[in-house]
Amino acid sequence: MAAPISLKPKFWDHRDIAAGPYKHLFNFRRIWKLTVLLTAGVTIIPLLFMAFIDYKVTQKATEAEIQFRTARLVSNTRRAVSFFLFERAAALEFVVQDNSFEALHDPVRLAELLKHLKEAFGGFTDLGVVDALGGQRTYVGPYELEGVDYSHEVWYQQVVERGMHVSDVFLGFRQVPHLIIAVKHSLPNGSFFVVRASIDTQEFNSLLFDMEVGGLGDIFLINHQGILQTPSRFYGDVLQKIPSPTPEFSDKTRVVQHESPEGTPLVVGYAYITDTPFILMICKHKRELIESWTRANMQLLGFLAVSILIILLVILGVATYLVEQLHTADQRRVATLHQVEYANKMASIGRLAAGVAHEINNPLAIINEKAGLIKDLFAFDQRYEEDEKLIRLLDGILQSVARCATITRRLLNFARHMDDSQVVPLQLRETILEVLGFLGKETEYRSIAVSLQVPEDLPELQMDRSKLQQILLNLINNSFAAMRDGGHLSIGATHADEKHVKVSVADDGCGIPEGDLKRVFEPFFSTKTKQGGTGLGLSITYGLVQELGGHIDVESQLGKGTVFTITLPLTQKRKGGEANAGAAGGR
Amino acid sequence: MRVLLVDDEEELVSTLAERLNMRGIEADWATKVEDAISLVGETSYDIAVLDIKLPKMSGLQLKKKLEDLRPKMKFIFMTGHGSEADFRTGAAEAGEAFYLVKPVGIEILVEKMQEVMQSEGKRS
Repeated sequence: MAAPISLKPKFWDHRDIAAGPYKHLFNFRRIWKLTVLLTAGVTIIPLLFMAFIDYKVTQKATEAEIQFRTARLVSNTRRAVSFFLFERAAALEFVVQDNSFEALHDPVRLAELLKHLKEAFGGFTDLGVVDALGGQRTYVGPYELEGVDYSHEVWYQQVVERGMHVSDVFLGFRQVPHLIIAVKHSLPNGSFFVVRASIDTQEFNSLLFDMEVGGLGDIFLINHQGILQTPSRFYGDVLQKIPSPTPEFSDKTRVVQHESPEGTPLVVGYAYITDTPFILMICKHKRELIESWTRANMQLLGFLAVSILIILLVILGVATYLVEQLHTADQRRVATLHQVEYANKMASIGRLAAGVAHEINNPLAIINEKAGLIKDLFAFDQRYEEDEKLIRLLDGILQSVARCATITRRLLNFARHMDDSQVVPLQLRETILEVLGFLGKETEYRSIAVSLQVPEDLPELQMDRSKLQQILLNLINNSFAAMRDGGHLSIGATHADEKHVKVSVADDGCGIPEGDLKRVFEPFFSTKTKQGGTGLGLSITYGLVQELGGHIDVESQLGKGTVFTITLPLTQKRKGGEANAGAAGGR
Repeated sequence: MRVLLVDDEEELVSTLAERLNMRGIEADWATKVEDAISLVGETSYDIAVLDIKLPKMSGLQLKKKLEDLRPKMKFIFMTGHGSEADFRTGAAEAGEAFYLVKPVGIEILVEKMQEVMQSEGKRS
């Protein structure tokens, strides 16, 4: 039969059927669980703890690193943007200081100045002079803006108020995004004029564009109202409003984290650019920034998982192995205890039987002699020779004495082999008959038919008679237990080869299920635990057969019967120090 | 043939002695070791039938003592006890055939006695 391969260790389903000194000392399942839990606990928990700490520490360091790098980038860019604007403002300041109002009125001179500014600084598209009333008096540039009235424009009011102004990016009259820088110059007569220049946003945009922000980064300017001043990768083109609120004012570079409209976490660095309406913003995908850290983390996590798996496997393996060993050792201990107890019991029974037989034999001998004497007296005296009734009575007494003598002799014979184990010559047939003699009454009451087939020429065995008796007794008892009343028991012996004999004990009882056949010789394997079976009978028989140097086999068909076959050497191999004499008992 | 029966059961030995006498075998009996020794000292017996278990002394020890007195004497053991050790030593002393377990039929006992007498010279 192909048993399904099971990973379940034997101790798992162990049920303690014994009590008292035979009780198992351990709760194997509990020990196993405790061992696994404890060892797994003390190995895995510190590991997890360390991994967690490491995660936290490196996360903190990485966050700090991101903040620092972003802040530095924002601060550098702010400086560049700031410098770009104020460089141009300073150039205008110089133009105003260096040229008189009259000279600036001259379109030729103004055009010359614009050309110089373009060449020296770049980014300038036009240049105009606005008088104190807000009218553009002179203009050089690509648009027709001479005479335009700026008195109601915000930038004009601002420059009049503050002396210098950098505007938002706006479309203005020309409907092209641009920004303007204007500088006010006071005249000695108390009046003033303003020089304004438009700055090409293209130049301005490319300034930001050149900044390194990494693959998915975004760098752009907004004004205080949150309107985009340069194109943004995330939020759209110039003059659109960004969806997130304008960051809170700060005179220093700041880095905050929030989520983009799509839900991806972003790292946002920003800085208010002093004296301008601009806020510089740098947005980066956090995922991209922490990618290397994440990768390292994943590797660590993988390593952790593999380590835990290996640790668990080793712990499970070792714990199972050790508990299995413990279980086996304990099983053996209990089995040994049982065997010793059985041996003691058998020895006690033997001594008791011998004592009783002896005590009965003496009075029996007296009855025998007295009755014999009476018979002798009759015979020699010839007085009662004719009295057949008296002779019959005496014969009755003498026959009963003979019957008693047979019983006591059988008891003595059995008992005297019980307590000492020595290799003696024996006839197999006699030994089998001796054992059957003990079970004679049972066979009679249960009307079990016993057939014995032992060839006459079977050689004499050199063997420990008590062990052979116990083996046979156990096997026959087993068969009896398996049979219904009126069953058949057949015992046969054959000469297997020159050095071995085979003895078979066959019954037509209930048989053994195929699945149990392999296990019947295992200690504590019993199908009758509820009826008081210990599951030791056959295991002890197995042990006894081995001690005699033989082996035992079993064949069975469920419902049809069982055949136990023992193969024994003609001469038992002598070996010293056999502690356990064995036992009799059920299956 | 003169026979000495030694057993602590007086009822047994006295009856047995009577029956043997009826069969023409001169039989004396003793229930104590001392009596047995003194009887052997006085009379020359051919055979002694001894119980293995006797008060104060075992049948085997008694056999040695009696042998010292009468080296030619033969022995048959009769016992109610059948331990392996008893059997083996008894059988070794007297020969397996002359180790009898009680109760013993009178015919068997007489037969054994005759056998013992015929085996003269083989054993001391």
